[in-house]
Amino acid sequence: MTSTTTTTTAATTQYYRFKPWNIGRFLIWSLFAIVLIVSPLLFKSSLALTMLSQMGYLIIICLSYNILLGQGGMLSFGHAVYVGLGSFLAIHVMNMGDKGGLQIPLVAIPLVGGLAGMFFAILLGFVTTKKSGTTFAMITLGIGELVASMALMFPSFFGGEGGITTNRVYGPSFFGFNFGPQIQVYYLIAAYCFVCTALMYAFTGTPLGRMLNAVRDNPERVEFIGYNTQRVRYFAFIIAGFFAGIGGGLASINFEIVNAADSLSAIRSGGYLLFTFLGGAVFFFGPIIGAVLLVFASILLSELSKAWQLYFGLVFVFMVMFAPGGIASLVMMNLRVAKFGKFNRFWLLYVALAVALVPVVVGAAALIEMIYHIQLNSALGPKLNYFGVAIDTSAAASWLGAAAILAVGLAALEVARRRFVRVWGQAQEEIEAEIKRREAA
Amino acid sequence: MSAQYALELKSLRKNFGKTEIIRGVDLAVKAGERVAIIGPNGAGKSTLFNLISGRLAPTSGEVLLNGQRIDGKKPFEINRLGLSRSFQITNIFPKLSVFENLRCGVLWSLGYRYTFLRFLSNLDDANARTEELMRQIGLQRKRDVHAVNLTYAEQRALEIGVTIAGGAGVILLDEPTAGMSKTETAHFISLIKHVTVGKTLLTVEHDMGVVFGLADKIAVVVYGEVIAFDTPAAVRANARVQEAYLGSSVADAQGAGH
Repeated sequence: MTSTTTTTTAATTQYYRFKPWNIGRFLIWSLFAIVLIVSPLLFKSSLALTMLSQMGYLIIICLSYNILLGQGGMLSFGHAVYVGLGSFLAIHVMNMGDKGGLQIPLVAIPLVGGLAGMFFAILLGFVTTKKSGTTFAMITLGIGELVASMALMFPSFFGGEGGITTNRVYGPSFFGFNFGPQIQVYYLIAAYCFVCTALMYAFTGTPLGRMLNAVRDNPERVEFIGYNTQRVRYFAFIIAGFFAGIGGGLASINFEIVNAADSLSAIRSGGYLLFTFLGGAVFFFGPIIGAVLLVFASILLSELSKAWQLYFGLVFVFMVMFAPGGIASLVMMNLRVAKFGKFNRFWLLYVALAVALVPVVVGAAALIEMIYHIQLNSALGPKLNYFGVAIDTSAAASWLGAAAILAVGLAALEVARRRFVRVWGQAQEEIEAEIKRREAA
Repeated sequence: MSAQYALELKSLRKNFGKTEIIRGVDLAVKAGERVAIIGPNGAGKSTLFNLISGRLAPTSGEVLLNGQRIDGKKPFEINRLGLSRSFQITNIFPKLSVFENLRCGVLWSLGYRYTFLRFLSNLDDANARTEELMRQIGLQRKRDVHAVNLTYAEQRALEIGVTIAGGAGVILLDEPTAGMSKTETAHFISLIKHVTVGKTLLTVEHDMGVVFGLADKIAVVVYGEVIAFDTPAAVRANARVQEAYLGSSVADAQGAGH
């Protein structure tokens, strides 16, 4: 046995060897670091900085959530518990430092959050990960509600409805940074974001990370190759809890306030779930896209319209129906087409789809805004300002006009979609044939 | 201890409610023996495998692996003690590549357990063993293909590959050639013979040509009991077996297969 193994090692390693610094990987990670460093220099407004800071820690949180959802097939409805408890522990430790007790440097506070998240994942995950599938989802939902309602019963720790506030500028400065200005906080978040992303990516290449995929695919078979599936899920859950807590700690530093009703709620957990899914749970980088979208949706879209959650719901439904792999899978499918040199034929089709989409969005949004207006703002009169255009909700022409625009758009979209589906199918067939040919060669 | 046997069943019973499925099975398989388990549909062959491999717990009786009690243990505990099984309905990791499927099967036996402090790509012994397995089952060309995209015969080969990956000494194959064409079956049997050299093999099989070609001994299961356990020649001559099960099908298989 040993002798055959050693002889085959020499023969096989030459075409299978890890290349940690392969060019593509190096480029992507460098690019990621550069984007993190350069973004606040390009987008200088305080709104942009706020958004970038939130994106930074939400990337960590969504990636940690995807350890469960995408890599482990665990549909958790309670991820906010581990983020939120990380936030609370972090904020109490900051307050302890602020009041002259034990001073843990601010740069280490996210780790406090991480350890808290991990601690509660060890505690609660032991119950949760006993089961998989629907039962798992139900237990996470129950525990999420349990923790959220318990938080209101202990106002001294969780601060009741007002939450807990803190002051992040305490103790000696860290190499001249006191983390008062938002830009310094951003770079702290960015540094954690980069390191945590790298660590979570590394996790996907370890034995536990791979067995987690195996448990996702076929838990029964895993039991017959020597692994306890409960253990695999439990360990992965703890790791996800750790990174979730780091994200929570960073959120505390960013906002200097944490509120139980908000940060531990099922709605927050749902947000992580939806945007991780929207970004794409199948690919490692999908949740990064999801986190960026989450910030855009919750900050920009919510400014733009009262009905933003309805728009978001519609987008989500269409994604689930037409691109269940999320945006990341759309990107990867197009990259695959491009890799086989077949992308050229799609330029026009994408332009056509985009052009057809404009009247659909304009028409549908006009209708939705009008309905919202008469429901919520009727006291202000029938006039509605819609992107600088005054619409009279009392006039039938407004409704008919909006409906007509929507109808035209839908018709155009359907035409473009049919053409696209046909060309896409053909391109896929060609690619399959190409792969077969290469295999045979 | 009766460790001269690789696998031993002692008055094993399994009831589902009031229905007796396995009604007192005794079987002793020596190390290195190839045993085929035959019997009509519903005789309890698959249930027997499920009891041995820990998928089901027996109602009473004992299962001993190399002299050690394993009845009532969990599947992964039994697997770690050196018993591995395949499934009648292909049971692999559909969204992992051929290579990853096999490597998952290898990891525990090489002691990597639940570690997240090492990179898979640096585990030279695991990777070498995986490459070797892939070569043995003839799927080198499909290395990076997701298991779900393999042909049926390739999936069956991968099923065997995952089963033997951990290097278990006792291998249980549940209808390995189910659903295969004649030529595929012939090829597949030689593959099974090749990869289980020196191991104790139990296989459930319907194809009589395969049974008589592969097995050192045949166990005949009828209504949850082993009514004969002997060499192929002796089983063929056994009047009780002929009456209960084999009858004309043996003659057909003999005429067609040899």
